[in-house]
Amino acid sequence: MLPNVPPVCYLIVSALIFAIGAVGVLIRRDAIVIFMCIEMMLSAVNLSLITASHYLDSLDGVLMVFFVMTVAAAEAAVGLAIFVLLYRGRGTIKVDEINLLKW
Amino acid sequence: MLIKYVPVLFLLALSIFFAVFVVFLSHLLGPKRVHPVKAAPYECGMISLGPTHQAIPIKYYIIAMLFLVFDLEVVFLYPWAVVFRELGIFGFVEMMIFIFILLLGFIYVWRKGALEWE
Amino acid sequence: MEIFKIQFSAADLKVIAPELVLTIFALFVLILSVFVRRQSRGPLGYTALVGVVIAFFSLFLGIGKEIKAFNGMVTMDPFCLFFKVMFLIVAFLTILASLGYTKREGIDLGEYYVLVLFATVGMMLMASGVNLLIIFLGLEVMSISIYVLAGIMRDDTRSVEAAFKYFLLGAFASAFLLYGIALTYASTGTLDLAGIGEVLTRQAWISSLPIVIIGLALLIIGFGFKIALVPFHMWTPDVYEGAPTSITAFMATGVKAAGFAAFVRVFFYALPNLQAYWTQIMWILAVATMTVGNIIALSQTNIKRMLAYSSIAHAGYIMVAFVAGNELGKSSILFYLLAYVFMNIGAFTVVILLGKKGEENTQLADYAGVGFKHPLLAASMSIFMLSLAGVPPMAGFMAKFYVFSAAVKARYYWLAVIGVLNSAVAAYYYLRVLIYMYFREPERELAVGAFSPSAVLAVIISVWGVLQIGILPSTFLALAQRSVQFLL
Repeated sequence: MLPNVPPVCYLIVSALIFAIGAVGVLIRRDAIVIFMCIEMMLSAVNLSLITASHYLDSLDGVLMVFFVMTVAAAEAAVGLAIFVLLYRGRGTIKVDEINLLKW
Repeated sequence: MLIKYVPVLFLLALSIFFAVFVVFLSHLLGPKRVHPVKAAPYECGMISLGPTHQAIPIKYYIIAMLFLVFDLEVVFLYPWAVVFRELGIFGFVEMMIFIFILLLGFIYVWRKGALEWE
Repeated sequence: MEIFKIQFSAADLKVIAPELVLTIFALFVLILSVFVRRQSRGPLGYTALVGVVIAFFSLFLGIGKEIKAFNGMVTMDPFCLFFKVMFLIVAFLTILASLGYTKREGIDLGEYYVLVLFATVGMMLMASGVNLLIIFLGLEVMSISIYVLAGIMRDDTRSVEAAFKYFLLGAFASAFLLYGIALTYASTGTLDLAGIGEVLTRQAWISSLPIVIIGLALLIIGFGFKIALVPFHMWTPDVYEGAPTSITAFMATGVKAAGFAAFVRVFFYALPNLQAYWTQIMWILAVATMTVGNIIALSQTNIKRMLAYSSIAHAGYIMVAFVAGNELGKSSILFYLLAYVFMNIGAFTVVILLGKKGEENTQLADYAGVGFKHPLLAASMSIFMLSLAGVPPMAGFMAKFYVFSAAVKARYYWLAVIGVLNSAVAAYYYLRVLIYMYFREPERELAVGAFSPSAVLAVIISVWGVLQIGILPSTFLALAQRSVQFLL
């Protein structure tokens, strides 16, 4: 962490990244890009957790980051498997073309 | 305080200005001779045949997925290694159980044939 | 930085004994499944079933002492005991209903049961975690297992599509929940639920910081997705329709109950000081959830989709009790969930029994004439539908009765009135199933496969549960009241 930068700056950056990710999820059509946006949101949260952990002088936040990272990896593995399966069956992973069930 | 970052701001503004200015300048001054060959994707060499987006074999994807999952588990080994001496035998047993569960996952993957290349 | 001292004893293990048993059995089934031949996969499901039963008995190891284990990460109190028993019932009935169904649909893989067991472990951690980290981990263990289970019929594009939608929206919701946790942590400095409550009580000024309020809103969004509150319910009908029916039953009951367990725990245990902020939001969510769920359910012709909207509406009724927030309100949340587990799993199991390979028979028109062809099955379905509609003497009636009386006691008269009106509307679409079964001529011969005995057993247990809770509600209410004692 840089000296002289107040923690609120990190929190604001993290909030902005989170918001960019959330907007990306809502406006993008490609499942892979949407998933990348979700990963971005998780990373933004990690930034918040690390910041809080550093300024509160407590280890809980860092601990949480470890678990968030593993969970994100597990999610990615499962998610990509589902995408591949869907692509094999339908030839597309654009979310607006996946409409066998009424969206 | 933040004031000492002001030169950085200056440099940033200057570099953005310079980049935009140079692009604009070359657009203004450069001669324009339009020719179909120049518009082709590769000016020299062959024009590509067929679609360039090739399907990548699914095998790569499975390896990548397995790597991702097993690689991330190593994250938990680092903090354990740092305090290995303080935790002593208890930490060792704990980590062995963790690795044993990973090993079970590995056996599953192996028996499923996900590691066979051909 | 504080130094972590790891204090650990056998008592800690006793607290999470059922989770350990289920995990060991899940790993065992996983390894077994890759070493047995394809034809001899039958025993895998039964092994999982044995695991659930042993996990139930291992609960007794931790009973009696209300202790926190693993440095205050998990607890063993009556609240989580109630939910753990409920999750084990859910897992037991789901596996019973699955045994024949998976064979019929060609998904009798070891992985199926492994994932059901892992999801159950996740649910239990959500109920027993008293630290936001454990609650998040439990939620993810449960969710990731369910993403896979929803898409386990790999050749059925509808099942894969359900998994796809559930995955994208579930991961999105997890990110919101996680950000809520991060902001709560940043403002209070701890992830421990009791610690958060203490900080908010001791330093009341923190409660009005914008960061706390935003964190609160994000937590509501995250949990709202998991328990399918309107307007975060969009995924529910699609996922419930596309997923294998046994998994739909599992999701509609287990995932929802686990979501409520964590929701109640976090809000009444850690954030009661913010009640002034969240009661208003919850009031609106409860009304929207009940009304939207019931009104869209009216026009559904697919029974799985109809039950999906009905499950949204039921989440709305439970939210009424949540808003009331008094003693009766809290205990009626637990009571309602228990009643809901039996009637919903029962209804979905009947849906499973009335299908055969390749033909799910989930259109309402397929149910025409079932009343005379399969009188006992139709009678059980009628009991579940009447219970869902809230007709005495079924479990659903008593559950609704307690919820609405809690709202009246807390002086939320309008909420109670809207709730009662809603259940009157809901009666229409539940009774329509009965009308189809008994008063309509079948348009075509309904082709039904051989009934699997284990699924029939699941239906019998569910009927017993619905009638037992409906006729002797006071026993179960007393149990629920004892379970929420610590929240008061």
